[in-house]
Amino acid sequence: MWMALSYACWGISIVLALWMLYDWFKVDTTYSEDVLTSSREGELEAASEKHRI
Amino acid sequence: MTAAAETTTIHGDRVSLLRVLGPAHVWALGVGIVLVGEFTGWNFSADKGGTLAALIVCWVVGLLYTSVAMIDSEVTSTVAAAGGQYAQAKHIVGPLMAFNVALFLVFAYTMLEVSDAILLGDTIVAKAGVDGLTHNSFIAATIVVLAWLNYRGVLMTLNVNFVITAIAYVSIIILFFSVSPWTQGAVLKLNELVTPGNALPYGWIGVIAAFQFGIWYYLGIEGTTQAAEEVRSPARSLPYGTMAGMITLLIAAAMTWYVCASLMPWEYLGITPYPLWDAGKLTGSPLLENLLFVATLLAAIASANGCINDAARAWFSLGRDRYLPSWFSAVHPKYRTPYRSILFLLPIALAFAFIADLNQAITFSILSGVLQYTFMSINIMMFRKKWPLGTIRRGYTHPFHPLPAIVLFCLCVVTFFAIFLGFGSQLIAMIAFYFLISVWFHFYRYKFVRRGDQFSMPWPKPQGY
Repeated sequence: MWMALSYACWGISIVLALWMLYDWFKVDTTYSEDVLTSSREGELEAASEKHRI
Repeated sequence: MTAAAETTTIHGDRVSLLRVLGPAHVWALGVGIVLVGEFTGWNFSADKGGTLAALIVCWVVGLLYTSVAMIDSEVTSTVAAAGGQYAQAKHIVGPLMAFNVALFLVFAYTMLEVSDAILLGDTIVAKAGVDGLTHNSFIAATIVVLAWLNYRGVLMTLNVNFVITAIAYVSIIILFFSVSPWTQGAVLKLNELVTPGNALPYGWIGVIAAFQFGIWYYLGIEGTTQAAEEVRSPARSLPYGTMAGMITLLIAAAMTWYVCASLMPWEYLGITPYPLWDAGKLTGSPLLENLLFVATLLAAIASANGCINDAARAWFSLGRDRYLPSWFSAVHPKYRTPYRSILFLLPIALAFAFIADLNQAITFSILSGVLQYTFMSINIMMFRKKWPLGTIRRGYTHPFHPLPAIVLFCLCVVTFFAIFLGFGSQLIAMIAFYFLISVWFHFYRYKFVRRGDQFSMPWPKPQGY
């Protein structure tokens, strides 16, 4: 059982790592760098409830 | 921009971190990072100075961290930005200090994450007792799954942390009340295990040496400040969550010491990697043994989870101010997380987890943490001097100033001496590293920084300027 769990851990790690790499590629090719790096310190989003999450 | 992109949650023209957290999440972040220290780490102080030394440092280091929590709450409730102590240093001391503090943060949290993953892997291997089973797969799964969780959003990350931290905490309470703590002799044998002859086997120098591992009782509670830009009401939530977390940890530390010291001789307590799990075994109850095994895993997961969150925010903040390439300051337009920083730190954590041993990782984490606490004692003195009470709005004002700052500074000096006794070469190597990286920042990197943009707080000019 423990060996099977160990193999499952490798499998999950590889799948999730690949998913993150895919999503990273997708986001970076969809949005401009200016949009992605537009965050500024100290910007208060008092109306955060308006965001759709 | 494509149609798909237009449907995501971009606020105006900018993508920023999402303000969705409350005080419970702040508590979950702080206590989640720290609680693993009760399950392993603190007990090595018994090896340095005996069981009584472990109790003395529990109280004295508790004082150090109470000072940290009070000071941090005041400054962070005023400088509410991702990066926590980095943002504080930038506004109060200056860019070079801020750069160093951010590196302290990233090192402290990444090395703690590595330690947590190694602990989790070793605990599973110890439980399994199967030949050929190594900890590598469990380490990889811990780091990658938690990085994925952090990538997908801060709200779910800290909701998960709240639940698993609460379960791990409750397991300590269940253990405490299961051993009839009000009765000595039935299960607990404190008066037999701790006697005047063995309470302090190395005398008071052993107590000083024990400071190094006493830090583990509370290491990381200051991590609550990294959530500053993602809590709905930083001025209220951060002090409330941090102070509640510190009270929680003081209670957990006292219960943990009492149960473990009453069940194990100091010679064993000081070397076991699993003091609470062992305590569960020693009660003779399979239920408690399994509960404490699961709680050890959950505490390690919660800690690694919070560390990924905090290290990524500190790295992200450095990129946003161009202290590092601004590429790192990207925010995911859908999940609103610093996704590039999370991904960048992921292979670094994996590499350290596979090549470093637990002792090295813990020592680097503690060293970076204590450097950061030393900065905090100086920072609050400068903060109160430059902006005295009444000149700017504070969400929380800590009492008895400057006493907590002085206590914090003195205890940091003692802890440095303790670390020097045990890991002198690592201490010197680490200080040399920070010195060299400071030279690089001052002479090369700082010319890329947009100097006016980095100071974002609408404060009046400081006194004397």
